[in-house]
Amino acid sequence: MTGAATFPHEGHVPVLRLGGVLLVTLQGDLYDSTAEQLQQDIGATVADSAINGVVIDLSGVEVVDSFMGRVLSDVAAMTRLLAAQTVVAGMRPAVAITLVELGLTLPGLRTALNTEEALRLLGAEVSALPRAGRAHRESP
Amino acid sequence: MTHSTGSVSACLPIHSDLDLVRVRQHVRQMTAQLGFRLVEQTKLVTAASELARNALIHGGGGQMECTPVSSSGGVQGLRLVFSDQGPGIADLDQALSDGYTSGEGLGMGLGGARRLVHEFSIDSRRGVGTTVTVTSWTSRPPRPREAP
Amino acid sequence: MPEQQAAEHQTNPVEEVEAFLRRRREQIAQRWADATLFRTVFTVSRDEAVEAGRTVVEALAAVAASGRVEDAEADGFAVVREQLARTAHSRARAGATLAQISAEMDALRPLVTDLLLDELSEAPAEHLRECTTALTVLMGTLRLVMLETTTIAGQELINRQRLELLEIATPVIKLWEGIVAVPLIGTLDSARSQVVMETLLDAVVEQHARIAILDITGVPTVDSLVAQHLMKTVAAARLMGAECIVSGIRPAIAQTIVHLGIDLSSVLTRASLADALAYALQQQGAHIVPNPASTVEAR
Repeated sequence: MTGAATFPHEGHVPVLRLGGVLLVTLQGDLYDSTAEQLQQDIGATVADSAINGVVIDLSGVEVVDSFMGRVLSDVAAMTRLLAAQTVVAGMRPAVAITLVELGLTLPGLRTALNTEEALRLLGAEVSALPRAGRAHRESP
Repeated sequence: MTHSTGSVSACLPIHSDLDLVRVRQHVRQMTAQLGFRLVEQTKLVTAASELARNALIHGGGGQMECTPVSSSGGVQGLRLVFSDQGPGIADLDQALSDGYTSGEGLGMGLGGARRLVHEFSIDSRRGVGTTVTVTSWTSRPPRPREAP
Repeated sequence: MPEQQAAEHQTNPVEEVEAFLRRRREQIAQRWADATLFRTVFTVSRDEAVEAGRTVVEALAAVAASGRVEDAEADGFAVVREQLARTAHSRARAGATLAQISAEMDALRPLVTDLLLDELSEAPAEHLRECTTALTVLMGTLRLVMLETTTIAGQELINRQRLELLEIATPVIKLWEGIVAVPLIGTLDSARSQVVMETLLDAVVEQHARIAILDITGVPTVDSLVAQHLMKTVAAARLMGAECIVSGIRPAIAQTIVHLGIDLSSVLTRASLADALAYALQQQGAHIVPNPASTVEAR
């Protein structure tokens, strides 16, 4: 339960399970199909296991367009239905300004400055969370 | 009143989501070379992504032409022309008027893309196709842009 | 001979002017090369000035050929716009005012019209008048194009300088661990709002600030455009995981906001910077407790 394990995934998106939290690190430019696949995988994992929080780390992402914006809010809405919280962490200023100008303020989305902050945010509400920040990634 | 500097005019196909990634990367590279500030780079790349996806999904695929331009005052800019031979847009006004704060404009992305660039024009004919031309400048445009 | 055709009232005056310009291109270019505008810009060689003059005459002839002598947007002008912009830029750098550049441009006109008058001295008065009018209008349009490019070039310089000034004039202050503030002074326009937004959001990342305060005590008026920028800044900060507070809303401004029907309900506001700071500290888990000892010692 406390050990970190990689989540099996076809694309190039590293997904890490830290106790009851799923940490998804997005990096670079994503194909639409990869993003859609990821969305399904997150849903399946949250439904199947005792996940009560999802953190999506966007600090390595340079562009979020309306498609990617929709994926993010869909993940949040979907996990909420499955009784888990989604926090988007580390969005860059240029990306945030562009999204707002695009008209996407994503009101249903919870946000945090970085992943530590996001885990802390979830930890405050998800009391069962172990010291997640210390966990490290292991090979499967 | 702008002149193509004629140096580079790349033409990229838009036929798959792989091409969308190529379009974004090409526009990012061009804007960086021309000296766009980071926020302006991100806006134009995002607009390109919206318009390319639009051509792919609603136009059945198409292409993007990318040309560096300079204004009469010597300001550098980048012009992108997206064209498809799709069914065309029935109601242009409606396609452009997606709700600003409602977040409902997730379908076409035209209205959103328009707000991200300095100049925007669209030509759509039913049964012939759609061409969208956008231009952004490295510094504020010489003339005030139209109110959104 | 064109003169004879003119005498028969067969030739359209604009066409006559076009033919005249093409015929006398060399002579006009030579005359212009010695005029102040060309002499001061093309200092390296006179040939350079003559060449520039030829290009302008060619452009004028092309515009006349299209029949749009009054149209500053005529295609013929496109080829000389860049050259005119450089010329104007060079004069402006040398310290010439817009009025001076305009006068220097105007000084080119008699150098051409005199030539036309000489050439058409035999033509009927009516035709002569029509031709000189067409040429004068064409030269006026050229001057307009020149002034337009000058103004645009000047405006761009001003814009660039203003942007640089804005960056200096928008300090971000770290008030506490995780709390940054931007005190805004002066009028907020679109360009400045953009800079403020970017500066504040960059500071949020650099300082790991969970709370950002925009203090508008020094902003004289808030219209709907400014309000919209404030809301955009708040929305962008939220996407990054920070909370943005707008403080320093004076009663008069609050009244204007209500009057304009602007909905700022999505924005967290406080009356003063002190109130905003107190709120921010509370959010960070810090509390301000008055020290009884200092109250006693205070005068």
